Amino acid sequence: MVTPTHYLVVSALLFCIGLAGILTRRNVLMILLCIELMFNAANLAFIAYADAWGNLGGQMAVFFIIVVAAAEVTVGLAIAILLSRQLRTLNADEVSLLKW
Amino acid sequence: MPADLVSCAWAILLSPLAAAALILLAGVHRPKLSAAAAIAGLLTGFLCAVRLFLHAHGRHDALLFESSVSWIALPGLTIPFGVLIDPLSLLMALIVTGVGSLIFIYAAGYMAEDAAVSRFYGLLSLFAFSMLTIVLATNWIQLFIGWELVGFSSYMLIGHWYAKPSAAEAGKKAFMVNRVADFGFMLGILALWAASSPTVSQRSFHFLTLERQLSSAIQAGLIPAGTLTLIGLLLFCGPLGKSAQFPLHVWLPDAMEGPTPVSALIHAATMVAAGVYLLCRAFWLFSGLPEVMTVIMWVGGATAFLSACLALVENDLKRILAYSTLSQLGYMVMAVGLGGRAEGMYHLGTHAFFKALLFLSAGSVMHATHELDIWKLGGLARSMRWTSACFLVGALALAGFPGLSGFFSKDEILVLARGHHLGIYVLATLTAGLTAFYTARVWFVAFTGSSRLSTRHGAGGGHHGVQESPPIMLVPLFVLAALSVAGGYLGIPRFLGASHAEFHWDVAATSVAAALTGLTLAWLIYKRQAVSAQQVVQALALPYSFLQRRYWIDEMYGWYVATVQQKLIAGLCAWVERVVIIGAAVNGTAWLTRGAGLLLRRCQTGRVQTYVFVFLIGVAGLLTIALTR
Repeated sequence: MVTPTHYLVVSALLFCIGLAGILTRRNVLMILLCIELMFNAANLAFIAYADAWGNLGGQMAVFFIIVVAAAEVTVGLAIAILLSRQLRTLNADEVSLLKW
Repeated sequence: MPADLVSCAWAILLSPLAAAALILLAGVHRPKLSAAAAIAGLLTGFLCAVRLFLHAHGRHDALLFESSVSWIALPGLTIPFGVLIDPLSLLMALIVTGVGSLIFIYAAGYMAEDAAVSRFYGLLSLFAFSMLTIVLATNWIQLFIGWELVGFSSYMLIGHWYAKPSAAEAGKKAFMVNRVADFGFMLGILALWAASSPTVSQRSFHFLTLERQLSSAIQAGLIPAGTLTLIGLLLFCGPLGKSAQFPLHVWLPDAMEGPTPVSALIHAATMVAAGVYLLCRAFWLFSGLPEVMTVIMWVGGATAFLSACLALVENDLKRILAYSTLSQLGYMVMAVGLGGRAEGMYHLGTHAFFKALLFLSAGSVMHATHELDIWKLGGLARSMRWTSACFLVGALALAGFPGLSGFFSKDEILVLARGHHLGIYVLATLTAGLTAFYTARVWFVAFTGSSRLSTRHGAGGGHHGVQESPPIMLVPLFVLAALSVAGGYLGIPRFLGASHAEFHWDVAATSVAAALTGLTLAWLIYKRQAVSAQQVVQALALPYSFLQRRYWIDEMYGWYVATVQQKLIAGLCAWVERVVIIGAAVNGTAWLTRGAGLLLRRCQTGRVQTYVFVFLIGVAGLLTIALTR
């Protein structure tokens, strides 16, 4: 029997994996992927609650998140392309132009 | 009151102003027109004053009439601008316009070759108007405005030859010394206003209203005596500066830098007379304050004596006269301090005649010789007969020669002094002796003997002796000489409502003896040269040097300004500005901002992961707070 708790545990695991990836990986593309992972962890949590409480609001939120994530990926990938063009690197540590 | 008398009163005040305006608007480049306008303006004033005098003569009303227009009207404060005609103001207006007119006429000759005659006459008219504003004022504010205008116009006139640094300095000095005194005076006026009534709506600056309200309030014991004494002392600050009493007398001798008619005007008709006039105008207040009266009496007595001493060692003809004015002003102030309002005004009147005469004669001498050092003059009695005769009349009147005007007025003051205070009486008699001495010294050194001018003037070639001045300068001298002789018989005190003091033979004899002693001593030293002046100086080396330095009063003021004001107070202010305002407040703020920025920008590592990590901690913290509450 799969209970909401199982979903939530998976969701939390996904979220933590994404977070760990963001904090540890240096490649901008990997960071973007990890952000996607965290979005989907949140989506999973929304779906689980929507199913458990019989409320469609959670599913609505998921659609919103998917749309926003698509937009975010567009911007993120554009930044990544520009970084590789301008700085010839995708290493986040080497991108420090806006620093004092 | 007939309307023509009221318009006469207004004409006294406004005709000099109209002349000043005309000169400013139309006469700037027309010296003849300017002179004519100024003389006509003041003469009109004089004729109107005479018209009023003829009406007032023989009556003994305390107040003839008052006419005013509303000038400032605020809730609880109305200040009119008007003319107040009573015997006191009428007498003063007569002196100002009469003596002033003579000086104006004289100046037409004296200043004929000056480059800025129009400016000179414009300012003279303004000066006369300012003085008349004081004299005819109905309230303290109007009086104060006139007071300040007198200060301003005297500043402009003393500095008439402003290209000469000493003249510019003298004007500045006169203005600043007067401002110092006027500040106290202004505080006094405001304090008087505040004390005049417990309710704001009934407070007043008006002379007569104040007199009525305060007299009843004082009688009812509503005003503490200390407050009144303070008000009296503050008000006395005004005369202290304007009438150049010790220790604020320093501007008057320096004011000799101005043209001689200005000196005559300042000394005889306007400016210094204002202080004494004010004391008489507010006599009802001062006379009720015995402590203040004592202060006034001693300040006057000290001024009379100390300045007479200064005149002994001075060598500049005009400055000697300036010190003698100080001394005579001391007499007047002392008379008021002794409770003798009429006596003070009497001496003011006679002094105006003979001091104007002396100054104009000195101006005539200066006009002819361009020399003021009495030791470089000499023998003028032969080359300038009329001028010398006039000077002699003035000098004798000043010295208190029996029968001349100065004798009578001085005698009344001496009688008053003897009745009140023996110390003051002795001081005043001693001063009378000194006065005779220094006047005789001037006469013997500068006017008799042989001329010491010739070598210097002869060097230029074509020297043809010292010329007598033109008639336009001599006629005013003659009129003033006549007045100096007859001034004692005009009945000035009776006009002011005082009975002539009895003639005291002992007082008169003592003062005449003192004057004669002074005369004889001067004759012995400077004419017969039984004792040479050098020997006297050597015998009295210490007091002589003391007098030469003028009691070090100028030096003390200089020290005060340089050390206390500039170094101490200004230094402290500069330190506060440098350290507290600029250092701490202005630069401190900037420094704090920059320091905080320096510290905070360490947070900006530029690494995305750091930001995320910090963000994570923040979210975790907020969540913890939200969940644990």
